[in-house]
Amino acid sequence: MTAISHETQAGELLPLRGRTPSQLFWRRLRRNRTAIVGLYVLVALYASALFAGFVAPYSYDNAVTDLSFHPPMLTQIKLFDEQGKLSRPFVYGTTQTDPQLATYRVDTSKMYPINLFVRGDRYHILWTIKSNIHLFGVDRPGRIYLFGADKFGQDTFSRILYGGQVSLSIGVVGIIISTIIGLLVGGAAGYFGGAVDFISMRAVEVLLALPSLYFILILRQSFGSGASSIQIYIIIVLILALIGWGTEARVIRGMVLSLKEQDYVVAARAMGFSDWRIIIRHILPNTLSYVIVTATLSVPFYILSEVALSFLGVGIQEPEASWGNMLTAAQNPRILGDFPWMLTPGVFIFVAVMAWNFLGDGLRDAADPRTLS
Amino acid sequence: MRTYLIRRLLSSIPLIIVVTFITKALLVLSPGNYLDNLRLNPTISRDYLAYMEHLYHLDSNNVVERYWYWLWPALRGDFGYSFSATMPVWTLIGERVPNTLLLTGSAMVFSWVLAVPLGTLAAVYRNRWPDKLIGLLSFFGLSIPSVFFSLLMVLFAAKTGLFPVGGIHNQVLWSSMTGLEKLIDTLWHLVLPTVVLGTIGMAQFVRQMRSGMLETLSQDYIRTAQAKGLSRWRVVYKHALGNAINPLVTLFGLSLASLLAGALLTEFVFGWAGLGTLIFDALSNKDEPVVMASVVMLVLMLVAGSLIADLLLAIIDPRIRVE
Repeated sequence: MTAISHETQAGELLPLRGRTPSQLFWRRLRRNRTAIVGLYVLVALYASALFAGFVAPYSYDNAVTDLSFHPPMLTQIKLFDEQGKLSRPFVYGTTQTDPQLATYRVDTSKMYPINLFVRGDRYHILWTIKSNIHLFGVDRPGRIYLFGADKFGQDTFSRILYGGQVSLSIGVVGIIISTIIGLLVGGAAGYFGGAVDFISMRAVEVLLALPSLYFILILRQSFGSGASSIQIYIIIVLILALIGWGTEARVIRGMVLSLKEQDYVVAARAMGFSDWRIIIRHILPNTLSYVIVTATLSVPFYILSEVALSFLGVGIQEPEASWGNMLTAAQNPRILGDFPWMLTPGVFIFVAVMAWNFLGDGLRDAADPRTLS
Repeated sequence: MRTYLIRRLLSSIPLIIVVTFITKALLVLSPGNYLDNLRLNPTISRDYLAYMEHLYHLDSNNVVERYWYWLWPALRGDFGYSFSATMPVWTLIGERVPNTLLLTGSAMVFSWVLAVPLGTLAAVYRNRWPDKLIGLLSFFGLSIPSVFFSLLMVLFAAKTGLFPVGGIHNQVLWSSMTGLEKLIDTLWHLVLPTVVLGTIGMAQFVRQMRSGMLETLSQDYIRTAQAKGLSRWRVVYKHALGNAINPLVTLFGLSLASLLAGALLTEFVFGWAGLGTLIFDALSNKDEPVVMASVVMLVLMLVAGSLIADLLLAIIDPRIRVE
């Protein structure tokens, strides 16, 4: 609160050079509209994934095979009933007319009002809050399919929210692990030089020369056949982090090479601090703005890799949802042509990746003093 | 020049050895092998399985030993037989590599042909609407997942019927086509996968081209050319373009890896019988000789790509000498 009032009261009075670098940074970031939009979109997406159990009307594996490929109801939500009378939002019930073609007929005799805070499938949020109250829903036997249903009659909207837990978190967890590896390896290579430098940089060269997706596949096929979902998740994160730290380490090494000649590092060494203390406490913090920018811009790589693996069938397995394995169902051109809503998870991947790119670009522009004008 | 080429090729040998060794180690150390599927088949005798196991050295779990059994014949050009397709690995790879090269090559051309003029346009009209529009377009290409884009294209093809939904050529009519018809048919099938891969590749090229052009346009010699009264486009086209394009050529070599990765998914969705789908299938049923040879092919393609990029740079930019 104090920071904000300081900004608004003295914002125009303070000369530009009177501000700290981080104040300048935030000021530049806030002026970048696309970056802020990206930030808000990400907050919304991650919040909806975190509270997926609450926001989603059904559990990810709540299947009704009679309602296979039910079309989306988002545009079918009605405010006026048959007589044209205004009522609370409701949907009409549907009956399946042909199980083979998965066609449905609207049954206007059945009205299902959309209720808030209804009881339904049990869920938990981060394994701590357990509940069965959902944000919205309709009374049984009616069902609400905002984005349609898949082959098993599972709600696409609910599965997208649950899938986001996997697809969105893999990017963040993966980037944290690989950034730590990159910082430590790059820091050590730059600081110690010699054999440490030689070996780690050759390793980076191999990593960068590898066709990464193929190598991820090879690794994935080698580990964890018959593993549980959570094990597969961990394996995927580790594989992606193991592949991804190369570029980061190389640039950090370059920065450390010049930073370690600075007077303050020489002073720290003269005071007898240990090498690792100097690297971690004194040198690496100076690479922070670079690290944050590259980390943000690298998140899409992790999200897209998870999507690719799950799409190819070697990632998160059914019935657990991930944005990648939900798209697998759309691979059949006939299904895709008849039930195009199977592509909805793709829209979410696209939006999430775009938002990360917007935010990363904004952070880079804000961190780079050359773009001050 | 020749010594440079030879040195570059020699320096890729350790890379190939490390990568193939890691691949082999992962294949050996991971549980199961190709024969597991055959074991489930009661009509295959135990003796035959034992013979196969011994013949392909699948009975040893020593990584170095198994790698040597692969490396020694491979050094003499013998990459063995595919387990599942029972044909020499080279025949199999020889069928698939041209398809992948065709797809990635046309995607590369597509992205360059679009990226150079668009990036130049964006730089010349910096911060005006053409720049913003092109920036949005490149964000689109940068963000759209190749799986999703491919599926959208398949949906487009399925709904309109303008393009085939998959495959490399028309399976039914292929044998009765004349040469020209075959060419047209292949190009017809090539359009959608090329658009997908090319758009995604174009995105990063446009950004690079724009920043390269902005950098070049701020140079003194450009101001001199303008001061001499040359028209704006003549300055851009004659004086700036050659210098601005340099970083793009470097990026070409680096972008090959992501292009091949994108190609895997695009091949998968479009049923394009290329190297990507071959590796994926070979990995699924542990067809070791095919995996190994494909990995060698992939690394060679990447090495060749970065070599071509360096040579191109030396040709375009007279300041760079290859030595």
